[in-house]
Amino acid sequence: MKQFLDLSLSGLTSGFIYAAFALCLVLIFRATRIVNFGQGAQAMFTTYIALDVVQRTGNYWLGLLAALVSGFVLGAVIERVIVRPVETGPEINAVIVTLGVFIGLIALAAVVFGNTFEPFRAPFGLEGFQVGDTSINLTPTNVFNIFAVVVAMAALLALFRFTSLGLQMRASAFGQEVARLLGVRVGQMLTLGWALAGLFGSLAGILIAGGNFISPNFMDSVVVFGFVAAVLGGLDSFVGAVVGGLVLGLSLAYVQGYVAPELVTLAALGILMVVLLLKPGGLFSSSVARKV
Amino acid sequence: MLEISDLVTTYGPVKALDGVSISVPAGKITAVLGANGAGKTTLLRTVSGLVKSRSGKVTLGGQDITRTPVEGMVRLGMAHVPEGRGVIAELTVEENLRLGGLWRKDDDKAERMEEVYEQFPPLDKRRKLSAHTLSGGERQMLVVGRALLAKPKVLLLDEPSLGLAPLIVNQIFTLVRDLVDRTDLAVLLVEQNAKSALGIADTGVVLNLGRVVASEDAKTLLADEGLRHAYLGF
Repeated sequence: MKQFLDLSLSGLTSGFIYAAFALCLVLIFRATRIVNFGQGAQAMFTTYIALDVVQRTGNYWLGLLAALVSGFVLGAVIERVIVRPVETGPEINAVIVTLGVFIGLIALAAVVFGNTFEPFRAPFGLEGFQVGDTSINLTPTNVFNIFAVVVAMAALLALFRFTSLGLQMRASAFGQEVARLLGVRVGQMLTLGWALAGLFGSLAGILIAGGNFISPNFMDSVVVFGFVAAVLGGLDSFVGAVVGGLVLGLSLAYVQGYVAPELVTLAALGILMVVLLLKPGGLFSSSVARKV
Repeated sequence: MLEISDLVTTYGPVKALDGVSISVPAGKITAVLGANGAGKTTLLRTVSGLVKSRSGKVTLGGQDITRTPVEGMVRLGMAHVPEGRGVIAELTVEENLRLGGLWRKDDDKAERMEEVYEQFPPLDKRRKLSAHTLSGGERQMLVVGRALLAKPKVLLLDEPSLGLAPLIVNQIFTLVRDLVDRTDLAVLLVEQNAKSALGIADTGVVLNLGRVVASEDAKTLLADEGLRHAYLGF
């Protein structure tokens, strides 16, 4: 029972982070039908920027702020400068370009920040909470991570649900031409989408980094898991991304604890295959098949 | 209100519009008729800026809008209801309508929205439902209502009758006619269904292979058997 509880808690914590990462993939995919493979590398890069700020100022929160701002800006710049020029071509062009961003940023990080493992400070303690006289597998940092992801998701939801800007972003995602006819500046909305995705990815990056070591490749496995989570949810549903992230986090934790730790990556792919076989559109696809 | 002069649009080597001139006065419905591939949809798409013209000029209330980007058109008073309904199916009925009045700053938006609901009772009952649950006729009501929320001076309607039952077509046409008579709206209506379109239009323009072959009073056009047989198929 204790083991089950511990595994569930750790699964939930990583599940929220996968969910945050899946969300940024969904944000971009929904609007542009592009899977941004560069997302993990962007987050890695901004986490290094955050590390630099933390080391200079000794303040974790300034580092967090730096990660979010640089993630936002980097996302916007990548869309404007790198993706926009190839957007009129077939979608696969843009996807290949994001792979280029992925490779390029990792190489750049190795040059600028060094290809070594650097410790990253945790915002809060890393000791499990005490319940009675046993310590459970939930640390104050874990709680902060979950809290941060939930707050960010709520903010995103509110933006999309209740604001005119969010409505314009959704209109641009689902009906570009109609949106333009109605006076929505679709180009700006797409840039904003990439910027928000960059912000979310950076948040996931710095949360994973807290209390761990970072290297130019530290986000690679998260990209895989976040992608699986996003596909589980249907790639274009926010709810799907969150549920997908949590399901994946929990499943992988159980596999790790009850089966074998080395099977975790394989299990992720197994889950992906089973879901796609049973429901090819993912669990929560929100897009309506368009009638011609 | 809307003046189209000598408009040329090409798709590669093909001239989809080959020097089209049409005048769309306020308070009138101008119907553009013609067979498939005559250039009707291209005409509307060029006027609203979705397609760039090769040469020619479009003015709206005297202002040259030939090079105005699509996003700016609605602010100048042009609403374009594209072919195939143009509802955003993933949004709710209400959200679709809100998009219509998006750029307007005035405070009577809520009242105007209620007016649309009054005009189209089926929409009223479905406010919070996703637009993909609507029938074809309801979708057409939604896009027309949404276009009207922008308070346009010119309304471009592309094949509003496409795939709709005659009764619904009639209902929508009557509404447009009524609106034009009350508000001085200028309507440029593109239709395959020439008979119904001429029934409500003031002027009929016949397009063939990108050229205007006839431009007449709607009643005269209805009576001209030769032209009808040659270009309109009835």
